[in-house]
Amino acid sequence: MNGEERVWTRKDLLGIAELSKQEILTLLDTAESFLDVATRPIKKVPTLRGRTVINLFFENSTRTRSSFELAEKRLSADSLNFSGSGSALSKGESLIDTALNLEAMSPDLVIIRHQHPGVPHLLAKRLESGVINAGDGAHEHPTQALLDAFTIRRHKGSIEGLKVSIIGDIEHSRVVRSNIHLLTKLGAEVTVAGPRTMMPAGIEAMGVKAVYDLPSALHDADVVMMLRVQMERHTKGLFPSNKEYFDLFGLTPQRLQMAKEDAIVMHPGPMNRGVEISSSVADGTRSVILDQVANGVAVRMAVLYLLISARSGGMV
Amino acid sequence: MLDEHEISRTIRRMAVQLVERHHQLEQILLVGIRTRGLPLAERLRHEIEQLEGVEVALGALDITLYRDDLSTIAPQPVIKGTHFPVALDDRVVVLTDDVLYTGRTVRAALDELTDYGRPKAVQLAVLIDRGHRELPIQADIIGKTLPTARREMVEVAFKATDGEDCVRLFERQEEDDSE
Repeated sequence: MNGEERVWTRKDLLGIAELSKQEILTLLDTAESFLDVATRPIKKVPTLRGRTVINLFFENSTRTRSSFELAEKRLSADSLNFSGSGSALSKGESLIDTALNLEAMSPDLVIIRHQHPGVPHLLAKRLESGVINAGDGAHEHPTQALLDAFTIRRHKGSIEGLKVSIIGDIEHSRVVRSNIHLLTKLGAEVTVAGPRTMMPAGIEAMGVKAVYDLPSALHDADVVMMLRVQMERHTKGLFPSNKEYFDLFGLTPQRLQMAKEDAIVMHPGPMNRGVEISSSVADGTRSVILDQVANGVAVRMAVLYLLISARSGGMV
Repeated sequence: MLDEHEISRTIRRMAVQLVERHHQLEQILLVGIRTRGLPLAERLRHEIEQLEGVEVALGALDITLYRDDLSTIAPQPVIKGTHFPVALDDRVVVLTDDVLYTGRTVRAALDELTDYGRPKAVQLAVLIDRGHRELPIQADIIGKTLPTARREMVEVAFKATDGEDCVRLFERQEEDDSE
């Protein structure tokens, strides 16, 4: 039974960049099994009973945090929520002190979202507990990329050779970075598109094609991923108005026809209807946006399960 | 320890015992505990159909998520899923597994069944009982009782999963094992 080597041995999930293809596939395969739990009358399995997970969210997030919370509860783990505002951090306690205080509670895992890149890595070095990066600045958001890949795989069979286009504010998006790492590792052809003001220089070095108009991005695409355009950005002069953004880069039903006939439309959420995506596309038959949410819980369950199993494998 | 012919004969005897114990075969739900409990359940169902002309309901149970020790999970824990063709309530569930050893697998299976419903009764049918129980669990129908030492391993192969029918007994090679 235990003759083979474990594929997943990491105590932390800090990003996609350092993962091997085999590790990624293990995560995705494991997530398949957890989808089933949501369809049962009792949506719970006792696998992580008695384990403690701390959700440490310094940046606001209802979506990601509730997805993690649900994943924890469905595995019967105990979860604790700490948010940035109102916590000791705003009273001047250093990040390390906050973390060490948390560690005194012996959590098995700490899930952290923070506006500064590298914070999860700092914690992972200092804490005995495992650390999951739920988003660090504009750096990475590994579980989002995993659930995106999972969703693509379920609709398209395999990611190898697929043409995936990611459209929006590429410069400030951690979702894009994690997705680029993951999709290229799995053999997809990735194109990123958006206004020049939102495209980081040298992005091609990540193994993607950069274009600056929507038709080029959509042409022949198997997967169209729209990113949220943060409303507050246009006050920084990155683009003139929401309307102009929609006119140039908004996904409408007519424009969607430029992609492949069976192309799927994705969005990490929350959507700005009428800015990056029209309602009819968001609610249309090609949209898998709600699948992404359901898949998010299953993928996060798989991450929790594999990280804690890896710790236990070393004998607790 | 057992060759193909002996295995077939043993399974046939187990099927006869099942039929004798249950007057209403339509009430039974055979549930194979993955992985090798499932081909055993399928063979039992086949034998019962040969004997009585009744096709008994068949389900599969994957206990990976209910184990009491995460460190003994296989390195690539691909969970194949639990499926029942009918609701458990009002059914007599006959759990089947290839080998009964510490009893922890069956304990996990019972916990999982309870999350799905409330069977009228649960019984256990195993091909091999090798002793060394760590929990108060026993089988109702046993193919063969095989006294073993802890350092020995019992390996069951079925045509459906492994290409041959065979039961082997051998000594473990490594010093430390977490079986």
